[in-house]
Amino acid sequence: MTGTTALSRARTVRYTTIVVALAAIVTVSAVRIVTGADRLTTPGTLRQALIAACPILLAGLGGLWAERAGIVNIGLEGQMLLGTWGAAFFAYHHGWLAGIVGAAVMGLIGGLVHAIATVSFGVDHIISGVALNIIGLGAVGFLAKSYFDELSGGGPRNLSGYPTPPTLTIPGISDGARSLADQHWFVVSDVSAAVAGATTNLSILTILTLALALLTAWALWRTSFGLRLRSCGENPQAAETLGVNVYLYKYVAVLVSGAFAGLGGAYLTMVSSSSFTVGQTNGRGYIGLASMIFGNWRPSGVLTGALMFGYADGISLLPKNGPLVHALLLLVAVFLLAYSVFKFRAGELTTAIVVAVIALGALVWYFTTTRVPSAFTGMTPYVITLFVISVASQRLRMPAADGKPYRRGSAG
Amino acid sequence: MTIEVELAGIGKRFPGVIANHDVSLRIRPGTVHALIGENGAGKSTLMKILYGVQPADEGTISVDGQHRSFASPTDAIEVGIGMVFQHFMLADNLTVLENIVLGAEKLHGIGDGARTRIKEISARFGFGLEPDQLVERLGVADRQRVEILKVLYRGAELIILDEPTAVLVPQEVDALFSNLRELVADGCSVLFISHKLDEVLAIADDITVMRRGTTVGTADPRTATKHQLAELMVGSELPSPETSERTVTDQVVLALDGVTVTDDLGRDRLTDVSLAVHRGEVVGIAGVEGNGQTELVEVVMGMLRAASGRITLDGQDITRLSTRKVRELGVGFVPEDRHRHGLVLDFPLWENRILGHQTKPPVVKGPLLNPAGARTDARRIVEEFDVRTPGIGTTARALSGGNQQKFIVGREMSGDPILLIASHPTRGVDVGAQAAIWDHVRAARREGLGVLLVSADLDELIGLSDRIEVVLRGRLTGTFDPSQVTAQDLGAAMTGGSAA
Amino acid sequence: MKRIAYSLAPPVVAVVFALAATCVVIAISGGSVGAFLSTIFSVPNDRILVNIVNQSSLLAISGFAAAIGFRMGLFNIGVEGQYIVGSCAAAFFGGSGLVPGPLNILATLVVAILAGAAYASIAGVLKVTRGVSEVISAIMLNYIALTMSGYLVQRYGVKAGYTYATNDLPPSSQPLGFAILPGANDVWALTVIAVAVAAGYWFLLARTRFGFDLRTTGASASAALASGIGVKKMVVVSMALSGGVAGLVWMPAYFGSVHRFGVPENFQAGLGFAGLAVALLGRNRVPGIILGAVLFAYLSGQSNELQRDGIAKQVVDITQGIVVLAVVVAYEIVRRRQSRAEREQVSEELAATPAAANEGEAR
Repeated sequence: MTGTTALSRARTVRYTTIVVALAAIVTVSAVRIVTGADRLTTPGTLRQALIAACPILLAGLGGLWAERAGIVNIGLEGQMLLGTWGAAFFAYHHGWLAGIVGAAVMGLIGGLVHAIATVSFGVDHIISGVALNIIGLGAVGFLAKSYFDELSGGGPRNLSGYPTPPTLTIPGISDGARSLADQHWFVVSDVSAAVAGATTNLSILTILTLALALLTAWALWRTSFGLRLRSCGENPQAAETLGVNVYLYKYVAVLVSGAFAGLGGAYLTMVSSSSFTVGQTNGRGYIGLASMIFGNWRPSGVLTGALMFGYADGISLLPKNGPLVHALLLLVAVFLLAYSVFKFRAGELTTAIVVAVIALGALVWYFTTTRVPSAFTGMTPYVITLFVISVASQRLRMPAADGKPYRRGSAG
Repeated sequence: MTIEVELAGIGKRFPGVIANHDVSLRIRPGTVHALIGENGAGKSTLMKILYGVQPADEGTISVDGQHRSFASPTDAIEVGIGMVFQHFMLADNLTVLENIVLGAEKLHGIGDGARTRIKEISARFGFGLEPDQLVERLGVADRQRVEILKVLYRGAELIILDEPTAVLVPQEVDALFSNLRELVADGCSVLFISHKLDEVLAIADDITVMRRGTTVGTADPRTATKHQLAELMVGSELPSPETSERTVTDQVVLALDGVTVTDDLGRDRLTDVSLAVHRGEVVGIAGVEGNGQTELVEVVMGMLRAASGRITLDGQDITRLSTRKVRELGVGFVPEDRHRHGLVLDFPLWENRILGHQTKPPVVKGPLLNPAGARTDARRIVEEFDVRTPGIGTTARALSGGNQQKFIVGREMSGDPILLIASHPTRGVDVGAQAAIWDHVRAARREGLGVLLVSADLDELIGLSDRIEVVLRGRLTGTFDPSQVTAQDLGAAMTGGSAA
Repeated sequence: MKRIAYSLAPPVVAVVFALAATCVVIAISGGSVGAFLSTIFSVPNDRILVNIVNQSSLLAISGFAAAIGFRMGLFNIGVEGQYIVGSCAAAFFGGSGLVPGPLNILATLVVAILAGAAYASIAGVLKVTRGVSEVISAIMLNYIALTMSGYLVQRYGVKAGYTYATNDLPPSSQPLGFAILPGANDVWALTVIAVAVAAGYWFLLARTRFGFDLRTTGASASAALASGIGVKKMVVVSMALSGGVAGLVWMPAYFGSVHRFGVPENFQAGLGFAGLAVALLGRNRVPGIILGAVLFAYLSGQSNELQRDGIAKQVVDITQGIVVLAVVVAYEIVRRRQSRAEREQVSEELAATPAAANEGEAR
């Protein structure tokens, strides 16, 4: 029966995912021990990585909502920027909770502009996104000057001294895991470090972010609301003939998208840092978009992408990270070699060779140098995404009607 | 219980066109009702009105004697009307189940309840569909079954099928018809839209004919003949494209020798095709759509690469030449889809005169354009080919289909081509333009033009061709003399019934 | 007459709408709308006037680079990255003084074009060989360009103040500007590039076969293919062409006043995105792009004076962003209306000829 094969295929996929994840952990641990760069997986580093990953994850999920409904949202960056200001402003005056809500609302307003332009007026999605990013940056600069200049702790382009969300430390687990992590044992310490990193000084907003990832997966794939929303991204004409109000779902999706991006902005001003500056997102909206593409338009993929890019981002923010980045190079080389072997066995000879050559290049680079400029870690998300979309473009599956204009009454 | 649907005085206008006026139609419960008419007769518009996709400007729809107005498909679905569109309305990346329950989640949820119900319906009509299969993995016939299942799932009692057989091979048509008979036996009504008369006569209980946006009559399939129906559809004596004298010479213009074309998946689309077109000869290609005609045309034009075999034009090997080179050697090309391939709709007519002739005077001078030359020559085409347009600065989009086609034919006959490749040159064109295009093809043939004519219109093929080749599943399976053959013989050969 | 009204109305309406929306934003945040309007519409002083001219040239070149992509149906969002790469390569080359004197100017411009073109063709090649959307790859390439150029300057450049930059352009290769307004700064010599690009753009698209092929591919890729255009080759070539022009974007500023490259102090970022906006505003037409560039330069130039009124100058970014959205909407509305009018005109004229009475085909 085909139905059972479909189910068992899902099981195989899950099994493969677990194996790949385990293999990755072992590899990371091995690389850490070989290179002696123990700071690759200290609780501190991993905590930093998680904090760097969350805004990317929020932006990526935001992108996912919009694109699943067929609207490309490269205005994420602008919506995130609006969120940074909203968080600072509302937190300063009304407390951290208001800051979170305010950021979401600011992002939502950005989403509303995008929705009006793309859904109601049929403006090209990229054009609207570019315009939104211009507006977002301008608006944040303008609003900061107008509202923060005269506050204590404020300036024409920045603000600090507002409350941030409380943090939690899970006492037993955090300490235990930390002491295990300090042993620098193979695998065990790496896993413990991850546990310790995730249980020490955990912000409420981090918990909210991970909850939103789960919520997204559930809402989009397990409810009829989600089915309708996704159908608008796959074939809106078909959805229309079945009585789905396509405009409504597209609007909802883009508004949620904007709100998620806004929350990503809040994360930057309230958790990643405790002060606001104009232009704080620094391209994280685009990295979010990259994590969504890397993740093949699926929540679990977005999460993986965000954690990976967050790790690179987190490392680039650590002090004295030269040796770490250098160790990372070996890690990349090993992963690429593994991928090359995988491609070779799948019969894609050209891809396998190209990937192997790149991997060897990375190895040569690793062995002939002692440090890598940290500029390169900042670049990794973009390079990896470019690599993935070029090499694995056949496996990527974006929603079929993504970015295509749709007008009511066009069915049939 | 089945429903009785009646349309009265339906009218619909689009800017500059009247799509429907005074359309009346009654569908008896428990029957297959066929609605026939030529392309552009207004059938699809009518269906969209009946299904609530577009509102009617005037007229009434009544269901079981009660007046109804449908603001959206939801309203139509509610009273038990379902529609299977000609271009399937399915999301490839969703499963069969997801496609079916979409919009009807309230009925049985989106989980096991729905799964059970789908399996039930699928089993009852022998559809053999699996709810969790991705639609992208399904073939055309299965997709059509998903569409029908989608409609049945919602409890539809009147199922509208818009040209359902256009995409099917004969065996699949038979399977579809047996499905339809079971549905009717189960108490449903079917509204079957088609322009294929054989099929209509085979399946329908009642027939209504549309022409130029209105219903012009009804017929009883037990007594009506194909010829009567055809005349009702066209509205006059069928124009017959009789070719008078033979002008065939023994000079070969185009020769294909063992040409094979494969698709991305390595399957043969054309297998070992050998064919010759002589000066002054029209070679007609007959076949059910999708049997390799498109590939045949595209491989000659250099738009597809042959996997093996050789193509020569006037003795010169053109197998590996680009489309531009092939055109430069004197090949005119009237493509199948004029909107996608024949014209740039947003360019004015004079710029469309340059299209496909970018390297040939008078429209260019070396690497530069020659706007004056293009304008003059566009004006010539407008006059010689009777293209009805306010001027040559009008965008191609604004013209009617027949006038667009006359312009294309005129353009492709410019610059004294030695070979004309014409795909469905009169499809969707009004009768006047059709006759004009036929006259031009005949005149050019007299002057020694070789023509490769692909058409689905068998009367056109028989009337214009000097020789007809039948293409079936990528192979040339039979040669016919148009002066001897009947449309019935050709039809049989095209479906593999009896190859000559 | 009607034609001119049709093509002028959308941008005018869009600008008015954007200014109105900006006023609303200012009013909500408690600023003075009166001060904003009087400053924006005041007569610019000589210094600002020259800046407007200079900035217009950069924006116009960027606009033409984007427009080449648009006419081909490509969204070259990578103009931003391409002009960073072009500027970086050109500044390293120009600063090295390998070619002496004024000849260095020409050689450096060629380097800028080649670097921009090469970088753009990455996106073009990925599109035709791997089916990667040029928008997505270009976004990634933009950031890679920014980071790489920053790194290269830090690694191979020299200390300039607090940051790093390329070697200074030798004085013998620094062209004299045009001292149009006495007392004010010069209009950069290489603003003439903008004029040359404008002329070249018009000639290429309106008068050459290549331009016809490019426009045809943009308007209908399927018709282009059937007419014998090698669409894949056109994608790579036009992407490279767009990138080549993009490479020139910052050159007037480099030769006119900056003379070195280093992010962020010795560079002007964001011109690529602004160029996209200018091309959209100007409908990819030569006069439109020039007017759009002047408008954007004018708004930015005048915005510096806004600080005096206590209004952040970034407010004009809001205006510019809204202009882009509004103008695209307005053009679309006009397009729909125009094509409907044309269709009605055709059927009217046909109805007038009795022979054609039956021609009104139902479709």
